[in-house]
Amino acid sequence: MLFKRTPAPHIKQSINVQDMMLKVLYALIPGALASIYFFGWGVLFNLLIAISVCLLSEAVILKVRQRDVTDSLMDGSALVTACLLALALPSLAPWWLTVIASISAIAVAKHLYGGLGFNPFNPAMVGYIVVMISFPLEMTLWTAPMGVPHGSTTGWPDFITTFNWVFLGALPYAETIDSISMATPIDLLKTQLSQFHDVTETRNNPDFSPLFSSISGTGWQWINILYLAGGVWLVKKGVADWRIPTAFLISLVLISNLFAVIDYSANSSALFHAFSGGTMLCAFFIATDPVSASTTPRGRWIYGAGIGALVYIIRSWGGYPDGIAFAVVLMNIAAPLIDYYTQPKVYGDPNR
Amino acid sequence: MSQIEILSTDNKLTTIDGGLRLVGHKHISTVSKITTVAPCKTYIVPLQQHIGAISQPLVKTGDRVLKGQMLAMPGDLVSAAVHSPVSGTVSEIRQHDIPHISGLSDLCVVIDNDFKDEWIERNPIAEDYNNTTSSELRKIVRDAGIVGLGGATFPSSVKQTEMNIKTLILNGVECEPYITCDDALMREHAREIISGADIIGHIIKARQCIIAIEDNKPEAIQALQSVVDEDGTGYFIIQVVPTIYPSGGEKQLIQILTGEEVPKGRFPAELGVLCHNVATAYAIHRAVFLGEPLISRIVTITGHGVSHPQNIEALIGTPMKKCIEHCGGYTEDSDELIMGGPMMGFSLQTDELPVVKATNCLLVTARQEDTHRQRHLPCIRCGKCADVCPVRLLPQQLYWYASSQNNDRLVEHNLFDCIECGCCAYVCPSDIPLVQYYRHAKTTIWQQERERKSSDISRQRHEAHQRRLDKIKQEREEKMRKKRELLKKKSQEQASKNQGDEKSSKQAIIAEAIARAQAKKAQRNKDQGNAGKQSSDKDSTGQEDKSKEISQN
Repeated sequence: MLFKRTPAPHIKQSINVQDMMLKVLYALIPGALASIYFFGWGVLFNLLIAISVCLLSEAVILKVRQRDVTDSLMDGSALVTACLLALALPSLAPWWLTVIASISAIAVAKHLYGGLGFNPFNPAMVGYIVVMISFPLEMTLWTAPMGVPHGSTTGWPDFITTFNWVFLGALPYAETIDSISMATPIDLLKTQLSQFHDVTETRNNPDFSPLFSSISGTGWQWINILYLAGGVWLVKKGVADWRIPTAFLISLVLISNLFAVIDYSANSSALFHAFSGGTMLCAFFIATDPVSASTTPRGRWIYGAGIGALVYIIRSWGGYPDGIAFAVVLMNIAAPLIDYYTQPKVYGDPNR
Repeated sequence: MSQIEILSTDNKLTTIDGGLRLVGHKHISTVSKITTVAPCKTYIVPLQQHIGAISQPLVKTGDRVLKGQMLAMPGDLVSAAVHSPVSGTVSEIRQHDIPHISGLSDLCVVIDNDFKDEWIERNPIAEDYNNTTSSELRKIVRDAGIVGLGGATFPSSVKQTEMNIKTLILNGVECEPYITCDDALMREHAREIISGADIIGHIIKARQCIIAIEDNKPEAIQALQSVVDEDGTGYFIIQVVPTIYPSGGEKQLIQILTGEEVPKGRFPAELGVLCHNVATAYAIHRAVFLGEPLISRIVTITGHGVSHPQNIEALIGTPMKKCIEHCGGYTEDSDELIMGGPMMGFSLQTDELPVVKATNCLLVTARQEDTHRQRHLPCIRCGKCADVCPVRLLPQQLYWYASSQNNDRLVEHNLFDCIECGCCAYVCPSDIPLVQYYRHAKTTIWQQERERKSSDISRQRHEAHQRRLDKIKQEREEKMRKKRELLKKKSQEQASKNQGDEKSSKQAIIAEAIARAQAKKAQRNKDQGNAGKQSSDKDSTGQEDKSKEISQN
């Protein structure tokens, strides 16, 4: 009797890339829902545009590269990139901004480097950086969070207004983009500090105080808490590495705490940094992208800590409001070097 | 590196790095006792069933052989003898397919069974082993063709050194799923195993023997424990270890039991320990107490693709087909035939292959709905493989370098420390057959190393040849030069001699002339008495002119 031959091992754990990507998407859901709740229709539009453009460009490029389109689309990696990008973009981003970012992410950052598994930089963050550098103004267009009074209204604009703005660039009569958008807490503190208003003063200013919550910013606090919860689940499921988020958060908290202790008036607290902007999204979903991250156990500690330090540096002294994207890509660059020098000592190594 | 001190029963265990908790599937084959396969018509005995040099045949076609007769002797120091499993005739010695991962064939002795079961003369020394020297006992082990029966098939006598071994470790871990041959042996032959261990301990002068068994084999533990309790000397210690794959790897087991790691590129003896499989101990017992060489072994026939899975005692050389038939044949949905376990075993193309010393298990899988992907996905560097690697390698990096054929980096990332346990491939979410990549890379590097060596040799030979030619040339030139010099010298000498003769004669003439002139002068002075100053000056100048004139000649 003749048999077929396959390589060992002949049993397999039933986990695959698609499973992992799906779990990432599940873990994103609570934070994404909170994002939609606090920042309105714009977040939903971002998601819709990013997902369709990312999947479309993935399909087109796979076709051009003569790869199996459905097989690769089904791995879910493009979907994850789309969601991360959409959730990182401001809620009033015009449609073309999201389109440019999505194409840059999938076509340039992912496929020009060889597709899944070969991209040295996090695709979503490259897409984000492209539009951040090219359209800095549009990148600040966040709505006021739910429940925060803003001009004559409270919270985010209605569906029609948002739709018109995002897709047509038009606003109702007597409305300007300034009247429907509002700075994020990180951005606001930075501008105020540059005008010599210290942190306490800004937070106590009646114009701004509704923007701040007990820990960080209204809305941001909850979004971050829910990303943290989703992230912890992801780590528990063994999909995301635990070292990178741990190292990232420890480094960010330690550094921001150090500066806050030195000068409380000029620097926000460690908790503020941990629960503001994209901190938790980055910690558990962006920095943990295994393809572009460091891959050795020790390297992952260094990689995560490096991102934490860079995020703090860019937030505090950089020209951009949030430093997640730059921090991640800068550490992506360093990852191969880190990997090379953090090779674990093997069994029986005499220098162990 | 310090040697391991004597370990006690309450010795704290270490855990291995990485590893997997796998579903055992052990119960499938342990429902019944070990059965014996009925004799077959022909037996195929490969000459290479062990690590090391191929054995040298001692028989030829047509020879009548007896059961237990040595068919081939060790071909080198690291090699093993093979014996006839039955009495009968050598029908041929030829290339036959063997169960090897390469799928290639090798030289085999084919024996036609005469069903007389006539043994060769056996000379058991039995209890006498206590008064027998280590080297004599080692010779018995060697002559019995005993190799490591855990799967590595390294000739046992070779590693039984007396170099400062304090602890003998008996490996009854059997960590691969499905395989239960050692389990069955421990349950049914505990006494013989302990006896074999005592013989090995005597050979290597061990001060204690630790028997390591995974905690998923309670019956085996109990069986051995009762024998050990009977012994009561405290020499044997049963150490129950947690069920984690691959705890049964020699280096991993040593790490678990002693907390020490065998230094890279060295042997366990460095730590004062020696590892033997329980089945090897059993074989040694039989060689010493019954005088029987290794002609049979326990094989687990298991999997959902076989009707009545069980452990069988099969003679070496029994066609696998017969073993499967003995177990009720294949089920309808049988799929693959694997020799060894599901993690490290390799699939066989056919069942027309003999059972060899390494055949611990024949696993017949059943067809599954979720068949493997045809092409694997790209590596996403998730690092799950690194988390489970018992050697602390970075399989994701090795894969990267193996697929880009970066051999320097592969060696730098310790490719050759890989034990091919398959943990990395088991957890890989992209379904990459990682071990296959590493095996291929290892073979390529070895090949290149061999080629480099052979090219080094030929280069050295060429250089030596060149040097020789140069030397000859130089010598010839030297000779020529010397000859030329000699000739030159000779001619010069000749010339200078001639010249010298000439010179001396000339000088003589000059001297004569001078003498003559002086004599004349004196004569003149005498004759003329008062001579003018001017005239004498004139004479002297005239004299000088004259000598100049002569030297110019």
